[in-house]
Amino acid sequence: MSVRQANRFGFGINQSRQINYDTSDRKVRDYVTLREPSFRLCFACGGCSATCTAGEHISFNLRRMITLIRRGEIDLLRDEVTRCMLCGKCMLVCPRGVNTRNVVAMTAEAIRKLDRNEL
Amino acid sequence: MSSEIFVWPFNLGLYFILIYSVVRSTVWFRNLSRPDKLRLQRGFFGIPFMQSIKEIFMESLLHRRIFKKNFVLGYMHMSLAFGWFLLIVFGTIEADFFGEKHLNPPSHAIFFRAFNPDHGAVGLARAYTHLMDFLLAFILSGLLLAVIKRFIPSMMGMKKTTKHTWSDRTALLSLWLIFPSRLLAESFTCGTYGSGGFLTGNLGAALASFLPAAEIAPWFWWLYSLALGTFFFLLPVTRYFHIPIELLLIFMRNSGITTGDKSSSYTEVQTHACSSCGVCIGVCQMSYAAGINDIQSAYFIKGLRSDRDIAAITANCLMCGRCEEACPVGIELGPMRLIERRQGERPDTAKRFLERYSLTGRRSTIERESTQSYGYLVREEAESADVLFFAGCMTHLTPSVISAMKKIMESAGVRYRFMDEQGGVCCGRPLMLAGRDREARELINHNSDIIWKSGARILVTSCPICYKIFRESYYLEARVMHHSEFINLLIEEGSLRLGYLHRKVVYHDPCELGRGSGIYEEPRAVISYVAELQAVPEEGTMSLCCGGSLGNLTLSSGKRALIAADAARSLTMSSPDELITACPLCKKTFGQATGTRVSDIAELVAAALPKPVKKSRGRPARVTTKSLNHG
Repeated sequence: MSVRQANRFGFGINQSRQINYDTSDRKVRDYVTLREPSFRLCFACGGCSATCTAGEHISFNLRRMITLIRRGEIDLLRDEVTRCMLCGKCMLVCPRGVNTRNVVAMTAEAIRKLDRNEL
Repeated sequence: MSSEIFVWPFNLGLYFILIYSVVRSTVWFRNLSRPDKLRLQRGFFGIPFMQSIKEIFMESLLHRRIFKKNFVLGYMHMSLAFGWFLLIVFGTIEADFFGEKHLNPPSHAIFFRAFNPDHGAVGLARAYTHLMDFLLAFILSGLLLAVIKRFIPSMMGMKKTTKHTWSDRTALLSLWLIFPSRLLAESFTCGTYGSGGFLTGNLGAALASFLPAAEIAPWFWWLYSLALGTFFFLLPVTRYFHIPIELLLIFMRNSGITTGDKSSSYTEVQTHACSSCGVCIGVCQMSYAAGINDIQSAYFIKGLRSDRDIAAITANCLMCGRCEEACPVGIELGPMRLIERRQGERPDTAKRFLERYSLTGRRSTIERESTQSYGYLVREEAESADVLFFAGCMTHLTPSVISAMKKIMESAGVRYRFMDEQGGVCCGRPLMLAGRDREARELINHNSDIIWKSGARILVTSCPICYKIFRESYYLEARVMHHSEFINLLIEEGSLRLGYLHRKVVYHDPCELGRGSGIYEEPRAVISYVAELQAVPEEGTMSLCCGGSLGNLTLSSGKRALIAADAARSLTMSSPDELITACPLCKKTFGQATGTRVSDIAELVAAALPKPVKKSRGRPARVTTKSLNHG
């Protein structure tokens, strides 16, 4: 049964959200990793998100952002990356020494280039 | 000497550089903004003019600032600049006085000996010849030091010297050739005619005794002329262009022109006034503590000048401002780097090529697009308060500083409101340091709104990063104070009673507070009031950066740790009980780099409060009523 058919019967079924790592868009991830190698070190502890200044005002989550970059979910990333204030608290709490501010800056740059077909 | 053809390389070079300098200066002047034009015009016909003349004499000729730094290095620069200047002045007088006619062309003074080979045998002329020989010897001694410096920098007290481009090398070679070739040319001529002073006469006589001096002399006059001509022709594309341009810079600066936040004629002039002396490399902590040797201001300016893509160099800097303090030319390196960070991408090669070789030579870029947006921020209803306390993002990571500030303010009976107790909005300085001014403006507007609505008369912040932007980029009625200033005010007013701690402490000036905002005295006054303050090797204007700076987007945490460890070692050399700083970011960074206890100035003061802390809410706010009168 397709999603549309299911909806007609009053059931809300979410679209399948399986990520195929073989076919996902790696351009942004590669761009960020090349320019900020410490991006690889993140083990998703979430310390950055717990301390985030922007996260106190809106749902912004660096840990999720990094996951989105790795999965290549560019559409979700596009909005997310604009919310960071670059204040640098995440950088100080990061136990792995990830240069988080540059990760955000590079992601923003990568998406801008992607939108202009330069990547 | 019968033919005068040999002077032509010199003549052509001289006229080229004179015309080029005049045209270029005119274009720069035309491109200045209207207020800056007026400033320069006013500065030219007033007291600033005399100041400029004095500064040109002290700095461009005598090199006083370099002397202060290192005597040998200062002597080298002075002998080359002042010696050459005197040689030209006295040479002109000599040519005018002893020459056959007055108002000679410049070449007559420069090649005086070639035209008057037997001059200076007796009397005044002989004494004058000795003087000219002495000046030449003076320059040659400096040149010898310059050659040594190029190969063994450490002998001149320099950790590193700048790497040169090919045009710089050629110009350097021609510069080095000028004076030895003059010496030999004069000596051979003097040897032939039996004239000359103590240097050229004796050397000439010695050389003429075994060499055909009369035949060799013209060759060295040619070499001398060619070296001068080459040097003049290469001047505009090399670092030696700083010689004429520095004069222009001094006039502009003394007239009150500043860098501002946009690329302008003044940034162009500063770019060309850099002599690539390498002093900035020696003081850069990223160089000597972290081993990064290609991003220093000399290379940044060099990249600007040769119009290369220097985005990586521009971004990789702590913005601590030590190089700007040390720069002997006084170039505003911090603002220049920020201007470059604000730029977006470069235009395509063809357009850049045209621009580079046009007379304006203006470096142009496409404006940076906005990457961040904070439309989601909700404007809050602000409570009114006399004193507003803004801890700042970083201070929220050092809760001990916040609780210390609370204790202090309660003890002094200050009626305050904690603006970002529930987590506020970033002040915008980190964005600004990353070159994202437009985005920073959104945050500035948001915070300004809260501060204005609160009606506060004093805004206290615990973070020097916030402090700097509050003072410089916010439009506020409230008086902005760093907590060290505020505590000092409380002590001076007598609102705060403190005991004395028997501790030896050292103080570290945070970059944004010290060099960034000029606050050096207040923290020291506060610390000396409660503890014994010891001196550290590099403090005040040359204080070290902790390495944690938000000014650098790309520096890795490993390199940051190296810088922090080096700075902490230097600060704790006298084994103090405590290392005091006034910045939460410095506190965090040093905390991991040293075994010595690191505290914020507020924590130190809180420890000196009499115990138990008296709760004194509801007492009249003495601080606000008094301080407002002179705030």
